[in-house]
Amino acid sequence: MNQSLWISKTGLSAQDTRLATISNNLANAATVGYKRDNVVFEDLLYQIRRQPGAQSSQNTQLPSGLQVGTGVRVIGTQKEFSDGSFQVTENPLDLAIVGRGFFEILLPDGSTAYTRNGQFQINADGQVVNARGLELQPAITIPDNAQSISVSTDGIIEASIAGQTAPQTLGTITIANFVNPTGLQAIGSNLFAETAASGAPTTGNPGNQGLGRLEQGTLENANVDVVEELVGMITTQRTYEMNSKVISTADQMLQYVSQNL
Amino acid sequence: MDKAIYIAMSGGQNIMAAQAVRANNLANANTTGFQADFAQARSMSVLYGDGLSTRAYAMTERPGTNFNRGALNETGRALDLAVDGDGWIAVQAADGSEAFTRAGALKLDPTGQLLTANNLPVLGNGGPIALPPADNVTLGTDGTITIQPEGQPADVLQAVDRIKLVKPDYADLEKGLDGLVRRRDGAEQQPDASIRVQSGFLETSNVNTVDELTNIMALARQFEVNVKMMKVAEENSSAAAQLLRN
Repeated sequence: MNQSLWISKTGLSAQDTRLATISNNLANAATVGYKRDNVVFEDLLYQIRRQPGAQSSQNTQLPSGLQVGTGVRVIGTQKEFSDGSFQVTENPLDLAIVGRGFFEILLPDGSTAYTRNGQFQINADGQVVNARGLELQPAITIPDNAQSISVSTDGIIEASIAGQTAPQTLGTITIANFVNPTGLQAIGSNLFAETAASGAPTTGNPGNQGLGRLEQGTLENANVDVVEELVGMITTQRTYEMNSKVISTADQMLQYVSQNL
Repeated sequence: MDKAIYIAMSGGQNIMAAQAVRANNLANANTTGFQADFAQARSMSVLYGDGLSTRAYAMTERPGTNFNRGALNETGRALDLAVDGDGWIAVQAADGSEAFTRAGALKLDPTGQLLTANNLPVLGNGGPIALPPADNVTLGTDGTITIQPEGQPADVLQAVDRIKLVKPDYADLEKGLDGLVRRRDGAEQQPDASIRVQSGFLETSNVNTVDELTNIMALARQFEVNVKMMKVAEENSSAAAQLLRN
């Protein structure tokens, strides 16, 4: 069969994956703390059909052989951990990390996940939880009689209690950082899990050891650049069309053979 | 039967091979730093003894790779780099040899090693580059890597290594089976200090999609001509058989 069919098929499926990634980025353009994905392509192996330098006769050599590539593949998606823009909400439990680092979230199975989404709330027991009800680590409980909550840039969380002049310190929000955040595994719900590629987390107080500062009443927007995604969509679509044209051309050639011979 | 049918068949086969090369270029029209391959056909005459030399087989070859530059695409990522001019980034291929690439989407692994997107170590002044833990990594225009060590203030910067950028003569270069470009003689290339890189940009594939598609159409028509020749050879043969039957 014509090899072009299979080669162009790899082109189509690679562009398909890219379009899926672009649409996911666009769908999450308004998700707090979302980090955009980039698709990375790589050309596949080359096959030697004829070795360059082989003898074409007893005294002559082929100056160049025939090496045919076998198409393209997606080798991975790469999360881009650049900072998104910040929006001020004035909600006391909306927190943004300005700089590097992740909030630690306790998963129901006891393991820890990491997030840049700082939309926290209080549950019935007074614990600080994320929008899915998962607890923030280290656990912080807000007393019932707290009138207002303040979070300092280095993570100290204080509540002013009715009838007390001095605010009460409730704890410190620590944040975690990774050598290679790109290696984190996205597990959905704005959460990331540690992998062998990300390295182990180093935990510290915000603003120390190169970690970012906390900003209260602020949220980090997604770092999706809508214009860039749309331009990517155009190139993806055109490349897809070109590859499908090759398939139809190869198909017509084979059809011509079977009709005429 | 006339041997012309075999000549036409070899033409058809080789056109399919040339089309495979073009289809591979189009499949990689969006691959960062990809360089298009050329395909050409050469006639190989078949001369056995006396007689009219009407027989020449076609043979498709990949004579080389198009080393023109692709366009620059801004990504804003600190570890993306595009090479200006005729330069290349030196990497260590899977077999340990030195190879060159223009795909500059680099990343760090947990041990701090600087890798390309397909996990090949990037070469520096003395072998693969490994960076100490850093808050910030900046690539200079000559490939110098500056880091802000972890936990240090912004005024403590440290130049750690320099990406090996090379400028080999194009005549010495050949694309290998893994898609990386190497020197034909397998020797190591000396770094060239004149190469400039742009951080935050990636070089797109240099495939000219219109050119490739036009070539594929032209090859398809040539293929049809060859099939037509096979048909003619068959018709001649059956006409001869018809004559002899009467």
